[in-house]
Amino acid sequence: MIDLLQQFGRGWIVLFERLGRAHLFLFQVLLGIPSLFVRLFLLTKQLYSTGVMTLLIILVSGLFVGMVLALQGYNSLVRFGAEEALGQFVALVLFRELAPVLTALLFAGRAGSAMTSEIGLMKATEQLAGLEMMAVDPFKRIYAPRLLAGFIVVPALTAMFGTVAILGGHLVGVEMLGVDAGAYWSQMQSEVSFRYDVLSGMLKALVFGFVICWIAIFEGADCIPTSEGVSSATTHTVVYSSLAVLGLDFVLTALMF
Amino acid sequence: MNSRSVEILVGLFMALFLVAMAFLVLKASNLTSLSGAKGYELSAYFENIGGLRERAPITAGGVRVGQVSRIEYDVETFQAKVTLTIDEAYDNFPEDTTASIYTAGLLGEQYIGLEPGAEDSVLMPEDEISLTQSALVLERLIGQVLLNR
Amino acid sequence: MRLAGKSGQTGTLGAGHLSMSNVITSEQNTVPLVKIQDLHFQRGSKQIFSGIDMEIPKGQITTIMGPSGTGKTTLLKLIGGQLKPSNGSIEVEGQNVPKLSRSALYTLRKRMGMLFQSGALLTDFNVFDNVAFPLREHTTLPESLIRHLVLMRLHAVGLRGARDLYPAELSGGMARRVALARALILDPMMIMYDEPFTGQDPISMGVLLELIKTVNSALGITSIIVSHDLLESMSISDYVVIISDGRVVEAGSPDALRASESEWVQQFLNGTADGPVPFQLDAPDYRLDLLGAKSGASQYSADNS
Repeated sequence: MIDLLQQFGRGWIVLFERLGRAHLFLFQVLLGIPSLFVRLFLLTKQLYSTGVMTLLIILVSGLFVGMVLALQGYNSLVRFGAEEALGQFVALVLFRELAPVLTALLFAGRAGSAMTSEIGLMKATEQLAGLEMMAVDPFKRIYAPRLLAGFIVVPALTAMFGTVAILGGHLVGVEMLGVDAGAYWSQMQSEVSFRYDVLSGMLKALVFGFVICWIAIFEGADCIPTSEGVSSATTHTVVYSSLAVLGLDFVLTALMF
Repeated sequence: MNSRSVEILVGLFMALFLVAMAFLVLKASNLTSLSGAKGYELSAYFENIGGLRERAPITAGGVRVGQVSRIEYDVETFQAKVTLTIDEAYDNFPEDTTASIYTAGLLGEQYIGLEPGAEDSVLMPEDEISLTQSALVLERLIGQVLLNR
Repeated sequence: MRLAGKSGQTGTLGAGHLSMSNVITSEQNTVPLVKIQDLHFQRGSKQIFSGIDMEIPKGQITTIMGPSGTGKTTLLKLIGGQLKPSNGSIEVEGQNVPKLSRSALYTLRKRMGMLFQSGALLTDFNVFDNVAFPLREHTTLPESLIRHLVLMRLHAVGLRGARDLYPAELSGGMARRVALARALILDPMMIMYDEPFTGQDPISMGVLLELIKTVNSALGITSIIVSHDLLESMSISDYVVIISDGRVVEAGSPDALRASESEWVQQFLNGTADGPVPFQLDAPDYRLDLLGAKSGASQYSADNS
């Protein structure tokens, strides 16, 4: 019984230790960011491997999400004879919730996990130690560009997701279900405020990107440098960052709207 | 993957981002409500605002001219005080303009409709619209019908 | 050349007789390059080093040997400043590594090379870019000069022909040679080799031995080898340190070690199965054990050190 209690206590201590390490780690990564501005090619490379590589999955999912939204929204709205509000419905749901959250989840699965396993493998194959011994700071060279790239890429992907989804909604709503095209766009334009709806969605995306990359990089750098260690760190990244995105989404929504 | 094609693809990616943002700004949302400063404020007191919420549209003759920026309860008059932000393009509403709370459709969102009066003097910023008509509350209406029968 | 046993007493041997063979280093030989005093280090609750004293002479090849699990690689990481000791000092060129600021440490590291067991090449660069990497990171040399310097080092390790290959396409021995070229690119004062001979076939072993020897004699670079491949490392070393159980057991020239009277050293050098280090791990009496005498399983919790 006492043993159980001790184990419970130890679990918490380990958790808090890890959280503390994660924050110190983040602080060091942030210190490494200014040095990136003289070496932009590092950032470009990460923009490529996080952004461009995730683009396809984002565009395809965005299209389908928009189509599904239009279909479901139409079926509900048509009962009240309010199918003209379809554009508004699709756009608001997207900007406020679905675009940032789904983009973040897809990003965590696609780019976050790749980031963790890449860094974890670099650790397992002594590449990180090798960099340190070559007097190259991994915080500046490896971690900072990834964090900054996530910061830029997730809002960008969110904007693209939203755009494609609205077009997908147009495809289903207007072309297939016969909602008036003028109503679709004008309702959307009049009811969706750029500042309140679009920008706050972008802000969410910014926070999500930051948190996902933080988790992904830390999990990679903190993993046990064996193949099991790397694979479990990769799993952790996806699980933790998905949970963090959903939890933060609630907090941010409560604060914003 | 050499660095040239990486750079080209990243350039395309960021260009796509800008296109998406432009789409969101121009086609999928309105920037006008961004300009909280580009308008003037009027206030109006209502007995009951029903389901009116902040950011609800204000229309005149069906055209959107502004939005509700604040809703408070005034403890001196025991009325709801609604602050209206009107676009500065519409700066010549007569003083005897009536502000009424309407519902879009039977169950839709509530909005404020303005009906201009005939006075020559116009409402200035921070003025109060004195002629108001409260929201039609469905339950109350039904209650009245039942009682009067 | 100095050494200190666990007694802590520093005995100075004649510095001259070893340096005779090495013209470049003979004048610098009076100063040790690395000086470790009373080094303690623990990982978790496990004590890895308890009071190591060691001096590594400049311009020579020093081999650190010991049974697996004694923390030889840890010692290299401590010298490189990647780990911090719990107690004691590590001086490299008179600078106390654990106390150095981050920037001073990074400046010092530019003059230290380290060869990791796996080579630690960056997997997304090819051989040429891997070798050029330190130059591109730390200097602003024009690309034509970088090309010259890189090809020179690659030629020295015999892998100029492999410049376009990626690390995944290299054999283990080739990866280590590329890593050596990379470690040499900034003209370091010392190179640390972490288990350079493990898992090598006789030919690539011979190549590595030759390279380590040439790098030391031609460039005058102090070399520290961590290894448990006895014959190979003894054959090229000027000085050998044996550590076990967190202490320095014996140190001296290879010949002096072979003549050592310590039973432990003899067992280690000859590789006999039983001796001061017993073949059997501590266990209850065999006969009693077979007869099923009750004994807590905890007694078997293996401590293989």
